[in-house]
Amino acid sequence: MSAGTELHALGVADAARALRERRCSAVELTQHLLARAAAHAGLGAFLAVNEAAALAQARAADARLARGDAGPLAGVPVAHKDIFVTDFATSGLPSTAGSRMLAGYRSPFDATVVARLGDGEPGRGAGAGMVTLGKLNCDEFAMGSANENSAFGPARNPWDASRVPGGSSGGSAAAVAARLVPAATGTDTGGSIRQPAGFSGVTGIKPTYGVCSRYGMIAFASSLDQAGVLARSAEDCALVLSAMSGFDERDATSAQRPPQDFHAQMLQPREGAGAGRPLAGLRLGLPREFFPAALAADVHGALRAALAELEKLGATLVDVSLPRTELAIPVYYLIAPAEASSNLSRFDGVRYGHRAADPADLLDLYKRSRSEGFGAEVQRRIMIGTYVLSHGYYDAYYLQAQKLRRMIADDFQGCFRDCDVIAGPVAPSVAWKIGEQADDPVKAYLADIFTLPASLAGLPGMSVPAGFGAHGMPVGLQLIGNYFDEATLLQTAHALQQATDFHARVPAGF
Amino acid sequence: MNTPALIRGYEVVIGLETHAQLSTASKIFSGASTRFGAEPNTQACAVDLALPGTLPVLNRGAVERAIRFGLAVQAKVAPLSIFARKNYFYPDLPKGYQISQYEIPVVQGGRVEFLLGGEKRAVRLTRAHLEEDAGKSLHEDFHGSTGIDLNRAGTPLLEIVSEPDMRSSAEAVEYAKALHALVVWLGICDGNMQEGSFRCDANVSVRRPGAGFGTRREIKNLNSFRFLQQAIDFEVQWQIDRLEDGLAIEQATLLFNPDSGETRAMRTKEDAHDYRYFPDPDLPPLVIAPEWVEQVRAAMPELPGAMAERFQREDGLPAYDAQMMTQSLDFARCYEAVRDACGGPGGGTGRAAWAKQAANWLMGEVSKRLNAEGLAIAQMPVAPAALAALIRRVADGTVSNSGARQVFDALWSGAGDDVDALIESRGLKQMNDAGALAALVDEVLAKNEKSVAEVRAGKDKAFNALVGQVMKASQGKANPAQAAELLRRKLG
Amino acid sequence: MALTPADVSRIAHLARLELSPDQQAQMLQQLNGFFGIVEQMSAVDTRGVEPLYTPLAAVHAVPLRLRDDVVSETVDREANQASAPAVEQGLYLVPRVIE
Repeated sequence: MSAGTELHALGVADAARALRERRCSAVELTQHLLARAAAHAGLGAFLAVNEAAALAQARAADARLARGDAGPLAGVPVAHKDIFVTDFATSGLPSTAGSRMLAGYRSPFDATVVARLGDGEPGRGAGAGMVTLGKLNCDEFAMGSANENSAFGPARNPWDASRVPGGSSGGSAAAVAARLVPAATGTDTGGSIRQPAGFSGVTGIKPTYGVCSRYGMIAFASSLDQAGVLARSAEDCALVLSAMSGFDERDATSAQRPPQDFHAQMLQPREGAGAGRPLAGLRLGLPREFFPAALAADVHGALRAALAELEKLGATLVDVSLPRTELAIPVYYLIAPAEASSNLSRFDGVRYGHRAADPADLLDLYKRSRSEGFGAEVQRRIMIGTYVLSHGYYDAYYLQAQKLRRMIADDFQGCFRDCDVIAGPVAPSVAWKIGEQADDPVKAYLADIFTLPASLAGLPGMSVPAGFGAHGMPVGLQLIGNYFDEATLLQTAHALQQATDFHARVPAGF
Repeated sequence: MNTPALIRGYEVVIGLETHAQLSTASKIFSGASTRFGAEPNTQACAVDLALPGTLPVLNRGAVERAIRFGLAVQAKVAPLSIFARKNYFYPDLPKGYQISQYEIPVVQGGRVEFLLGGEKRAVRLTRAHLEEDAGKSLHEDFHGSTGIDLNRAGTPLLEIVSEPDMRSSAEAVEYAKALHALVVWLGICDGNMQEGSFRCDANVSVRRPGAGFGTRREIKNLNSFRFLQQAIDFEVQWQIDRLEDGLAIEQATLLFNPDSGETRAMRTKEDAHDYRYFPDPDLPPLVIAPEWVEQVRAAMPELPGAMAERFQREDGLPAYDAQMMTQSLDFARCYEAVRDACGGPGGGTGRAAWAKQAANWLMGEVSKRLNAEGLAIAQMPVAPAALAALIRRVADGTVSNSGARQVFDALWSGAGDDVDALIESRGLKQMNDAGALAALVDEVLAKNEKSVAEVRAGKDKAFNALVGQVMKASQGKANPAQAAELLRRKLG
Repeated sequence: MALTPADVSRIAHLARLELSPDQQAQMLQQLNGFFGIVEQMSAVDTRGVEPLYTPLAAVHAVPLRLRDDVVSETVDREANQASAPAVEQGLYLVPRVIE
């Protein structure tokens, strides 16, 4: 390894190159990152690591690299949000969803995304050969925006350990920001990839609903859940997303499209792009509702600077409108809990998961197992969802919300007539202090306002480091593209990252 | 519809919800096998167990069978139908919800026709929808616990819902039998009621004639026609007793106890009123293109009703016979085989005669023995060709009807399969030698002057006695018709 | 409209959750706080708008994809029951159920 560069400084593309050129081995890289994860356990990023399994995968990758029949990402370490199940027999890793309900749960199979990034799906072709370091902390069943709802303690923000890393993919964002792993998977239901990426100063992408298989993702809200990746750059995101995405016959909502090479698409020069103007002709839509007076000044300032940079790169800024942005909050917080209340009914203490001690009868078994197993926020959402689906309320709440959802999706299609990519903030403020919002759930819901609309519409979204705000905390720029137009999002983010170095900044002490 | 028989002055109103397990190889939403009787939880895969992260994918074979049923009952096959989640907690329901169809089912409307007391009846169907079966709770004691086997979980079901068109337990049973015969005929359900492949829930209420519907009580999981009848009969009496005592009927879900012959309310199912149905976000709408429906239509077998009409039209069978010949596809195939082997296919008056003979044998000797030995027509030990050969020998006078029954016994018991050889070896050949018969007749006339006198005095009984004497003298080998004819001439 | 304590206990029972009196009270207050932000939604006129149950249906019809009727799963009961709280003779055990 060339002097000066430490192994953990390598991103996905760098690490893949170093491994192919044999400048380092997968085993070295894995050992280095395992040691680093242990050294920074205080961050609360990892819920589980399995050294033996990780090293075995690393050795296998080295062998393939030596034979020259390795995939492009072979030997590059990755870690998974603990919403993805991992086959306990092969990985030795439990799958918990950040819940006491599933503490120590041993899944008999890998999520499709996990298999595709790793050794591949049984009987369905080889995987990318990445090395799974472990499972990452998250809000319980992905319900939260600060990672404070994890049954196994909060994850901390590497830029300020007293602040939240965002959520629900908080462990993923913290691990990538702290250079504990080059890339991490995440899931995004209402902003759970974009918001923690923004809070932690990393790059995150949530593709179009249906691009990544949901099979093996512990379900929160089935019509919203979508897997994605958090990494240090758009380029790294593109590489990992290409490997984990694609049609899966096990998921009836998986989009039947040919496999995509997002990396190649990202590097494809735009028509009319000139020297220094890679984004020539790109129309960036700024919804006026995304820049309200309430938007924190530091966030607003950083965004304006980033937008100015994008203009320099050739993009033109156009004014658009998403009139129902505020409505997205009630719409989302009715639909997601409704689906969640049903998805979480399987956790009943019968076939797996937490079971209350000596139940008096079946009802007692159900009620105590679930009340002991689920945390406060999860129980709150189960209550909301059960209520809105219950007799006499369905039409007024659930049905009305699904109708508004279509209106919100239609609003986006209206915008995309005038622009190619929508840009705005990821969150109204920078990361807050741990505990600051814990006592007021509704206040936390309101902070999701900018990420919810794209989730409801199923559109692809990104968070790109756009500078720093109050207390030196990172600010994220949200980019939203039209259905299956991940390429333009990545291209825009990549151009910005060629011209700026926000994404390359490392928090002090890491 | 004719005016229904009243029970103690009350009219009985019955609607049935029938669960038919569809005969697919794999489950409705997973690739696990549907085989019955395996070791507990060895046929339940991750999806059936609702392990975290699993998702449902719909089985095309289950949909194809639903379409077949819809066409068979002249229902509308919905071009778009929706799978919904029916939410409730129960140990044999792994997901905490059952995937079913609620507002928009795949089969809409339709009718089932059958004979009740020789009279044609039709029961209207409300709908038929696809859903997944639940697992089984084994209540035999595991030190105070119940054991859960989820092998059955995810087995495809077609729930067939009738209108409350039935007015007696007998009619309900005939409807259920016709429906059972139909799903088996269509090959969409194995019809095995012991294994629970075909189960009925009966919605029963009573009312004074002309009054509005009474409050109904639902008897769950009746898995034999006898239990269906017993349960309804008991329930009707129970409801009438209550009303006669001036008490109200409350809606309830009941279980039937075959040992006591009584129904009783279930204790579980308290939240039955609030299933929180909503469209399953894991399953987009089921779209059935017209082309698919036409493909299925083209591959449909001839239906029992149409086949019965054909047997009346082409074979000249009476309505009742035609109905009997189409009681099952196997029975119809056997009938056609015997019929064709008798006369060979091709119409003509001859065909009608053979057809009636074939039907008579199948309804008579064959059915009698099948029932006695509890065999299905497919298990009949006598080959259709052999039965046809026997029928021909009766027709051409080689063997008498009583002789033919003896031959049939031999064929059935496997003593032989060549009809002519059996007739020979058992000496059952009728005497067709006119000379020998004439000698016998003279002998009988000589011995029975008294009878002869009576005949001449015009007593028919005496004539029959003489025919009997001739038959006796010939040890049953004489052809009764010939003997009578000869006697007449000689007495003439 | 505001929820009543009776609503909360009815819903908790439907959801098979056991809430202590304190939790019930807190839940009631939080749910009513939440439904406060929901009310704005009820005002919107959505007549003639089709609900959007799955996102991609916003731009094109999304028909259900079907699988062929083949047995594709082999069952490893031991692995499936690795995290089962109570199993005997391959059966999951629950407190006695009286139907």
